Amino acid sequence: MTKPYREQLLANGLKVLLKEIHTSPLVSAWIWYRVGSRDEITGHTGLSHWCEHMQFKGTPLFPSSILDRAISRDGGMWNAFTYFDWTTFFETMPSDKIDLGLRIEADRMVNSLFDEKEVASERTVIISEREGSENEPYFLLAEAVQNAAFRVHPYHHEVIGDLPDLKSMSRDDLYAHYRTFYAPNNAVISVAGDFKTGDMLTRIREHFEHIPAGPNLPRLSRPEPAACGEHRLTVEGPGETTYLDISYHAPAANDPDFFPVMVLDSLLAGPSSLNMFGGGGISNKTSRLYRSLVEKELAVSVSGGLSATADPFLYSVVITVHPKRKQEEALASFDDEIKRIQNEHIPVEEINRAIKQARALFAYGSENITNQAFWLGHAEMFSTYDWFLTYLEKLAAVTPAEMKRAAQKYLRPQNRVVGTYIPTTTEAQP
Amino acid sequence: MNPIKPHSLPGPDDITRVVLPNGITILARTNFNSPSVVIGGYLPCGSLFDPDEKLGLADFTANSLLRGSGKRDFQKIFDDLESAGANLSFSAGGHTAGFTGRCLSEDLPLLFDLLAEAVRCPTFPVEQVERLRAQFITGLAIRAQDTAAMASLTFDQIVFKGHPYARPDDGWPETIQAITRDDLADFHSIHYGPRGLVIVIVGAVEPKAIAGKVAKVLGDWTNPTQPELPALPDLKPLKNPVTRKVKIPGKSQADLVIGTSGPRRKDADYMPASLGNSVLGQFGMAGRIGEVVRQKSGLAYYASSSLSAGIGPGAWDVSAGVNPSNVQKARDLIYQEIARFVEKGVSAEELSDSQSNFIGRLPLSLESNSGVVNALLNIERFDLGLDYYRRYSELVRAVTPEDVLSTAFKYLHPEKLAVAIAGS
Repeated sequence: MTKPYREQLLANGLKVLLKEIHTSPLVSAWIWYRVGSRDEITGHTGLSHWCEHMQFKGTPLFPSSILDRAISRDGGMWNAFTYFDWTTFFETMPSDKIDLGLRIEADRMVNSLFDEKEVASERTVIISEREGSENEPYFLLAEAVQNAAFRVHPYHHEVIGDLPDLKSMSRDDLYAHYRTFYAPNNAVISVAGDFKTGDMLTRIREHFEHIPAGPNLPRLSRPEPAACGEHRLTVEGPGETTYLDISYHAPAANDPDFFPVMVLDSLLAGPSSLNMFGGGGISNKTSRLYRSLVEKELAVSVSGGLSATADPFLYSVVITVHPKRKQEEALASFDDEIKRIQNEHIPVEEINRAIKQARALFAYGSENITNQAFWLGHAEMFSTYDWFLTYLEKLAAVTPAEMKRAAQKYLRPQNRVVGTYIPTTTEAQP
Repeated sequence: MNPIKPHSLPGPDDITRVVLPNGITILARTNFNSPSVVIGGYLPCGSLFDPDEKLGLADFTANSLLRGSGKRDFQKIFDDLESAGANLSFSAGGHTAGFTGRCLSEDLPLLFDLLAEAVRCPTFPVEQVERLRAQFITGLAIRAQDTAAMASLTFDQIVFKGHPYARPDDGWPETIQAITRDDLADFHSIHYGPRGLVIVIVGAVEPKAIAGKVAKVLGDWTNPTQPELPALPDLKPLKNPVTRKVKIPGKSQADLVIGTSGPRRKDADYMPASLGNSVLGQFGMAGRIGEVVRQKSGLAYYASSSLSAGIGPGAWDVSAGVNPSNVQKARDLIYQEIARFVEKGVSAEELSDSQSNFIGRLPLSLESNSGVVNALLNIERFDLGLDYYRRYSELVRAVTPEDVLSTAFKYLHPEKLAVAIAGS
């Protein structure tokens, strides 16, 4: 079978993935760097995310005021994201304009200025970003749970970083990080949309292949020791609403166990879309946890989430507790559902239903070229694009026995952190 | 200007528009690139009908429609929807109750059946109503803690004082508590009907067959009691500057909203206001506001302006989230930018940049089925004409810097702005 995409490794180690899609006169180009918050040591947390921000502050060729105007003038959309395992930048543009996006990415792979003044003003922007997140009770709870779940592994800290580090890191710290990790042999470029593969490859070679490779970069490797007992914690803060975050250590995306856990999540908390753009959602009102928590009036909402990560991260269930009930009651009912899925027969029809839901979410995501290009590169950050192409097959191959085994292996109290957000009632005052 | 092929944009030759004898309007457009379908639409059953003491009634009613019908109970409705990987939901705004849904094309008949049952024969089971009530009350408690939501709500109360737009569509805890199950059933039986119902369908469907399929489930629906929407009173512009603060203890960030009311969507002023707004606080990394508040001063992660024109006048405002100690500084910078905008308008170059952006981003906003649904809903709601997106580039290019200046001068009065601040 011919591959529905083209893969090419350039002489400097830059991996290129191209997929033609001619449904709309658009092209979406993404550059991915294998660097994220898991590459940061204590004292330097938030470095990758701040570095990503500085990439919008200009090069000698494209000063900062020119960059965003140039993209916007052409009707383009651009942005960037930093995660635990990666940092990525994208442009989605009318097809005849995408060259500008490629030029900008090639230029800022090596020529970003990291001007002192820009570093100073971005420091307070990022602190403001963090303060905005801290306004949300769920951010405070999730951060505490993540800290407790990882004592050793650098998934310990939030991508945005800790406040003392955001206050103390210098321009030189940022620039050194940039020069170390932003190199063609540490990057993947993924482009999807309305272009001819041969022409696009030629243009990418022109823009990128002259950039010299950097040294090989071993990743910070500090595997988390096996959990050996349940952690419980509380976070107190303003509000009237109690939240529970129950997070289990979960398999990495490339672990075969990832797929049975994904189906477990679908049965327990409803289908999750891994799409970043235009995936649409499916409600979860017939999921097991919705029935046992929301329909029984112990909670007003429940959701589950598993992330595709390079190392084992967390499977988290978040419960918004009913205003008239106690969190202990919600947790007891949650635990009953977990025992049920660990011990009782799982009907094949329920699995088939989860597969149909996943198929629908896939179809919804495929309408969007930005989402297609996202997956082309994203999957490379923890596996290969083949992971994405065979995702539905792998889900469909999951058996009830595998699910039961995965539930018994991962959804144990000894393998989890239970966090509770306890509101210290306050009233808004006009 | 980008060479967009005019026929990749929706127009009279590829939009099907049919009006059924009972008043339902159907718009459809084909897209066989993905095996899915998106639907969207509305009925004239919004919160304008809500009594003050039961504010939130229209929204509560809309949210209850899928909680049980004459043919299926709550579990059956969502089992059918979710088993198909489909979704359907309702909520209400000021003028209308809206719905949106999505499914694989093979499941479109199911989506139509559920839509028809929801609008025609909802049963409002008491236990479902109580469950929803608890969810709304929790939602409102969360809203009361949300600095951005409270600043925006307070801003509307100032700018739309004495006008229905001053009221939040989702009500207040005490008004939600005051609504009974029978209030919901009565609201439904009086206001829900085919007249004014608009449904848009985009995706892997043959548009010619669509009208027949909608007619099959909704064509025989009648409701002679359907009232006309109450007329909107005139909005009285602010005579003085008004500042209001909402204290929400324990928050590390404060939100502020500064502005006034703008044009209606159908006003000739809308396009110059929209392009001017782009220069003021949208273009690139949020226009002049982003440049001054975020890039140069480093005061905020988000700072931008927005213009929300609808059936009636919408808000035209600038919002930002800042550290509580920087509120005054941010407020001063935003004031300066608004004053400069009203006094000097925009340069020819700035306007041309935003014009290119408006035209160039069309393919991106119309690439997905849901993007096209929104475009067709706009066409119908604001009577823009089926050829609107084909004429769009001319309409955008026709605006001059003088048009922007006179529009800014007409609406934004720096000495009479509303300021709402929420935070610790």
